[in-house]
Amino acid sequence: MSLSRADKQLAALLRGCALLSAAIVLLILLFLVKESWPVLRHVALTRFVTDTSWHPVDGLYKLTPMLSATLYSTLGALLLATPLGIASALFSRYYAPPFLAGCYRRLIELLAGIPSVVYGFWGLTTLAPLIGRLHPPGVSLLTGILVLTLMILPTVALTADAALAAVPVAYLRGAAALGLSRWGLISGVALPAARSGITAGIMLAAGRAIGETMAVLMVAGNVVQQPHSLFDSVRTLTANIALEMAYATGDHRAALFVSGLALMSTVLVLVGTAEVLSRERHHD
Amino acid sequence: MTKNALATGLIWLSAILVSGVFVWLLSDILIHGLPRLSWMFFAEAPKNAGRSGGIGPIIVSTVLILLVAMVTAAPIGLATAVLLSEFARYDSVFGRLVRRSLDVLAGVPSIVFGLFGNAFFCIYLGLGFSILSGGLTLACMVLPILIRTAEEGLQATPNDYRLAAAALGMSRSAALVHLLLPSAAPALVAGLMLGIGRAIAETAALIFTSGYVDRMPDSLFDSGRALSVHIYDLSMNVAGGDASAYSSALVLILLLLIINSIAMGLAKHWMHRSVVTV
Repeated sequence: MSLSRADKQLAALLRGCALLSAAIVLLILLFLVKESWPVLRHVALTRFVTDTSWHPVDGLYKLTPMLSATLYSTLGALLLATPLGIASALFSRYYAPPFLAGCYRRLIELLAGIPSVVYGFWGLTTLAPLIGRLHPPGVSLLTGILVLTLMILPTVALTADAALAAVPVAYLRGAAALGLSRWGLISGVALPAARSGITAGIMLAAGRAIGETMAVLMVAGNVVQQPHSLFDSVRTLTANIALEMAYATGDHRAALFVSGLALMSTVLVLVGTAEVLSRERHHD
Repeated sequence: MTKNALATGLIWLSAILVSGVFVWLLSDILIHGLPRLSWMFFAEAPKNAGRSGGIGPIIVSTVLILLVAMVTAAPIGLATAVLLSEFARYDSVFGRLVRRSLDVLAGVPSIVFGLFGNAFFCIYLGLGFSILSGGLTLACMVLPILIRTAEEGLQATPNDYRLAAAALGMSRSAALVHLLLPSAAPALVAGLMLGIGRAIAETAALIFTSGYVDRMPDSLFDSGRALSVHIYDLSMNVAGGDASAYSSALVLILLLLIINSIAMGLAKHWMHRSVVTV
């Protein structure tokens, strides 16, 4: 169908707006690269690992303590949030009576909306003192993991719930007709059928955990060190940016943008994987 | 059989554990936050670095930041959604390109938005630490949510509308203005509410863009402290600020609850209405 002149003008305007929305990602990448260029230009990438410490003012750029803090806290949170999140989804879909299931789902949705700064604040005032009693100082990798777990649990639970809801009813009826127990039905039919959706949710949660700033910044203690136990204070990559951006200049500032670039690439890979996985599900 | 019983027990246990922790969190904030909450708390300026006084200027800054974000992002988002759903074929290269880059934008961590906002709006465009910089940074952040919800709302309008409009010889623009946008309006508003909810919860993207200053802002070029930044500052940098932080956290959660229930109510109302009229 050919468009009228007014329609063509509107289409052109809309196209301009869409182009602008699409260009923001490129603009972000462009500025991250532009700002980190002063360091990328004359510092080899390997130095972010091989330097002796993180003293960017003196030209020492060792990022590994922050990288491992981010890695450990994300892995720890995933280790806790994955079983709890999937159990939550199973609970509201197969175990709870309808009324309770509705309430529980509403609660999880509410939690998904609570700001990270509130989680961080609660972790700092309530959780950290409790853990400090167990083993000082309280603000530690463990506290960070627990708060992150709370934050990503709704993501895992809600995506797993949606993936379970998409399992064809015929599968479940067939399994029930074969006389499988409830757990037999879940472990043998429902979970395998929803696997790619659940995995995509875990990827998204991992992305959220890696990119999370405020909550871990407030509860993890922010000491730049390689953690040796769960009770050590750590500083994640994101917290490092938030703490030092306020006064960083020159190469120091550029080094922070390098870590931002690293964060963005990691998250992009995770989001991309999640997208491929969820597309597989649609083709099933 | 025992495996089945064990699984049932474990799943109930995790559900109880999860709800228990969350009830603990919410009641904690309610119990500590409620005593200081009053009308004066909303009106007064913070005193003594926020230990006493209220959050008046902070509410004003927060609202201004949200306004800037929404006034910028809503038209661009709506236009993009209309293009994707009404003017571009679903499988066109341009449409796919735009969708893909929006998916990526939705996944960018908020601290990276903060870095970008600082480099681009504050320094490159010379806006400095200001409400304008913060609002524009948030606009980039909420754009994917606005576009996705608006696109879903438009796609949910019955195709009969488009066919009937074409049969009557209406231009696409007229069909859009008189039929499609009005019938998708509740979904558009619901999406707007979701965007506001995401923006009001944001902290990391604002610290280096809109800044810390807790005075009443004179203009959009002034630095202004958002509510979430206020909570962060009180709990990390102000000894003895916890009481005010609790009350501010309670205000933030209540605001989010109100915004989310408006969004949900609108979505429900809209579904109900479309069942009746179609």
